[in-house]
Amino acid sequence: MTQSIIVQVGQCGNQVGCRFWDLALREHAHINTKGVYDEALSSFFRNVDTRRSDGENDITSGKIRSLRARAVLIDMEEGVVNEILQGPLRDVFDSTQLVTDVSGSGNNWAVGHKVYGPACRDHVVEKVRRAAEHCDSLQCFFLIHSMGGGTGSGLGTHVLSLLEDEFPEVCRIVTSVYPSAEDDVITSPYNSVLAMRELTEHADCVLPVENQSLVDIINKIQQMAHSGKPSQVIRKESTLISGRGGVGGTEKPFDAMNNIIANLLLNLTSSARFEGSLNMDLNEIAMNLVPFPRLHYLVSSLTPLYTLADVNIPVRRLDQMFTDAFSKDHQLIQADPKHSLYLACALVVRGNVQVSDLRRNIERLKPSLSFVSWNQEGWKTSLCSVPPVGHSHSLLALANNTCVKPTFTELRDRFMKLYRKKAHLHHYLHVGGMEHACFSEAVTSLSSLIEEYDQLESTKSLLWSDAPRLQVAT
Amino acid sequence: MSIVTVQLGQCGNQVGQELFSVLISDSLEAQRQCRGEPGRAYRDCSLERFFREHNEASYARAVLVDMEPKVITHAVATAAKSSTWKYEDGSYFCQKQGSGNNWANGFCVHGPRHEEAVSDLIRRQVERCDRLAGILTMMSVAGGTGSGMGTYITQCLRDSYPHSFILNQLTWPYGTGEVIVQNYNSVLTLSHLYQWSDAILVHENDTVHKICAKLMNIKHISFCDVNKIIAHQLGSMLQPADTVGTLGHYTRNPVGELLKNLVCHSEYKLLSLSTIPQMSSSSLAYSSFTWPGLLKHLRQMLVANARMEEGIDWQVRVPLNGQPALERMAEKTKQGFNKSLANVLILRGKDVSGADPEAFLHPGLYSSWLPAGTAFSTWRSPVPFNGYEKSATLVSNSQSLLKPLDNIVGKAWNMFASKAYVHQYTKFGISEEDFLDSFTALEQVISSYRHL
Repeated sequence: MTQSIIVQVGQCGNQVGCRFWDLALREHAHINTKGVYDEALSSFFRNVDTRRSDGENDITSGKIRSLRARAVLIDMEEGVVNEILQGPLRDVFDSTQLVTDVSGSGNNWAVGHKVYGPACRDHVVEKVRRAAEHCDSLQCFFLIHSMGGGTGSGLGTHVLSLLEDEFPEVCRIVTSVYPSAEDDVITSPYNSVLAMRELTEHADCVLPVENQSLVDIINKIQQMAHSGKPSQVIRKESTLISGRGGVGGTEKPFDAMNNIIANLLLNLTSSARFEGSLNMDLNEIAMNLVPFPRLHYLVSSLTPLYTLADVNIPVRRLDQMFTDAFSKDHQLIQADPKHSLYLACALVVRGNVQVSDLRRNIERLKPSLSFVSWNQEGWKTSLCSVPPVGHSHSLLALANNTCVKPTFTELRDRFMKLYRKKAHLHHYLHVGGMEHACFSEAVTSLSSLIEEYDQLESTKSLLWSDAPRLQVAT
Repeated sequence: MSIVTVQLGQCGNQVGQELFSVLISDSLEAQRQCRGEPGRAYRDCSLERFFREHNEASYARAVLVDMEPKVITHAVATAAKSSTWKYEDGSYFCQKQGSGNNWANGFCVHGPRHEEAVSDLIRRQVERCDRLAGILTMMSVAGGTGSGMGTYITQCLRDSYPHSFILNQLTWPYGTGEVIVQNYNSVLTLSHLYQWSDAILVHENDTVHKICAKLMNIKHISFCDVNKIIAHQLGSMLQPADTVGTLGHYTRNPVGELLKNLVCHSEYKLLSLSTIPQMSSSSLAYSSFTWPGLLKHLRQMLVANARMEEGIDWQVRVPLNGQPALERMAEKTKQGFNKSLANVLILRGKDVSGADPEAFLHPGLYSSWLPAGTAFSTWRSPVPFNGYEKSATLVSNSQSLLKPLDNIVGKAWNMFASKAYVHQYTKFGISEEDFLDSFTALEQVISSYRHL
């Protein structure tokens, strides 16, 4: 069994991370009814039970006393982290896992990346190294951060390249929360584009998530909850997977949205934590879904929606779950994969679903999707037998699809609007190490990324033929 | 003589475990059914071949290798539960982390890193054999560990045992697969194995899956069902049989005999297996078979390149000799005739001495440069195999794998033309030139089989 470490940076990163740890604990508590430390738990938690084994009392058979999350919490303000440390989750973290400061990055990527980055570097390396030393076989880092602010975006991407330097063999999967167009941070386009370049160069996989999509999904869930007639099929435990009924008490404003991201991570890692007939290791994700090193942005969708909230939405057919996963309203970014080009696609299924169900649905959906000519059979599948708490099955679809492009072009447009007028530039340029070139290089990097997607998408309508084969003398 | 088996990766370990279960249950059943000398001779021969008797227990002559522990733990536990056989303590090697579907990771990283440990385990099993007949490795070509590390280990085996027979059993993935880079992994595996292996025995998941659905009537087919079919077919090939014509005197070295009969030219190493009959045990009880009927079906399966007796195309005929060569070739492709280089027919069960394999000696079945008498041989055993009163297995070195191989190479080549996923391999030291060499090698193999 392998282990993963979650590195949560900035306000958003820590809030999402907090939801993740809450849900992960509850999921394991629900499945692991005996309360014994097992392999599944070990992937994200370590057992810090300090009771002595005195021959008769074997430590492995005892009940769990105390767990520590395999996490490093980083923020340049103390607010959110302090809240976590005073909240119900305080027991799973300790001070050796924290890196904080008091003054914040002021929504400035340059401050996060160029000032706090070098200043905190040794500190962060030490904390991560300590977390890594507690792992038997470290497989993956999950970085959670937002793109719009200063700390998450600036320091977060600095930490990303630091992880690459220090742990080159460990896979880096980044969950990045993209700002919506009406973001209250005026410099968020700068921060996002500057961060994008780092993500493109240093991450193995990026799972972009847009705030607007999360809002839409929450609205949709609420709509369904009110219009549909109440059903008894949703069992009580389903509250375990949502925000309410948790240890958190009252729900905070972003909790519902952050729960969706937390569920994304829970489902993504389900196959690595629990058993199933077709396992998918975390290092297989990049291997199968990333055909070209820079094109590692994976559009994700979670279905059915009722696994994301404790509302009474009638259970729908299994096949509907597969159909929904490809529809526009279930994507975690504003994108329409069905009308764009797939480079590769992974289906991560949990619960009571058979290989034959999977094959049937792939066959059914295939005609309506276009795949790039050289990857007509670009499906990667996994079956995990443990469903999300309170539900019979769920599906996470990860698509490497050219439909991420509009998100990027829109971001570039917003960036250019500011950059042409050189608005707010001086806030960045007076930071040591920050030059004009950083901006132009970042936008060039983004443009060439968009260009690469464009080129692939242009092959969509072309008639393609097999590449001429090598000739050998007979 | 004894055979040492090396099970590699998830697939290899699952199939291997099923194979040993079939072998031991068949041997014990043989002794129960054929009382006296024939049953005992069969059992003794089979046990000596695949198991080591120690303190009244049978230990498989196997080494288990995987980069993650789940599958091996399961295989070892299943064997221990059977009470008829077990794996030897310490005969397995596993790590914590898989190869991530990356052949290069298995071949360039895990292989060299763990070479010594794995070689030691294999050497220990070899040293426990009075006489070594050969080494059988089992693996899939799609994933990373089985294919990449398996290829590396085969290379090491060739270095350490230059004069021993090495037979690689490969499982080919479903056409639309579980792994996106499976065609790359397959191309790299096959091209490298072709240099070091004596013969490559192939099972395709797609055809085995069809056998499960059509012949065994299984509704929800699991990997376990697929593996059972593969194990059954392998068992029917590897269990004791008489190769020279004196019933009851079992050949001492089945691997050597097989290779001697089937692989007469190093350009042609791909073997396929067909077994008849195959059906669920419930229908088996109500069926009876005659040798002429079985052999007629099996021959047509060979001629028309069918892997099971259902849905054979009976229109395909052996081309007549004497026609101009070119015309014959055109006709052949049109009709889907499957030409053989060599075949071994293995007959097991009741009245086996009465079975007449004459029809397999038709010269039109074989290439012009090998006489049918040399290209074809028959093995027999009077002991029924694995619950079938009569059964026939054909091990064939023929054009039957040409089409699936061509498909794999074609798909991989399309991907390679846009350089997709190549960076994942260069990262671990497999360069674009290595890819090109592999493609060239396999195009050569395809061409050779096509012009057989």
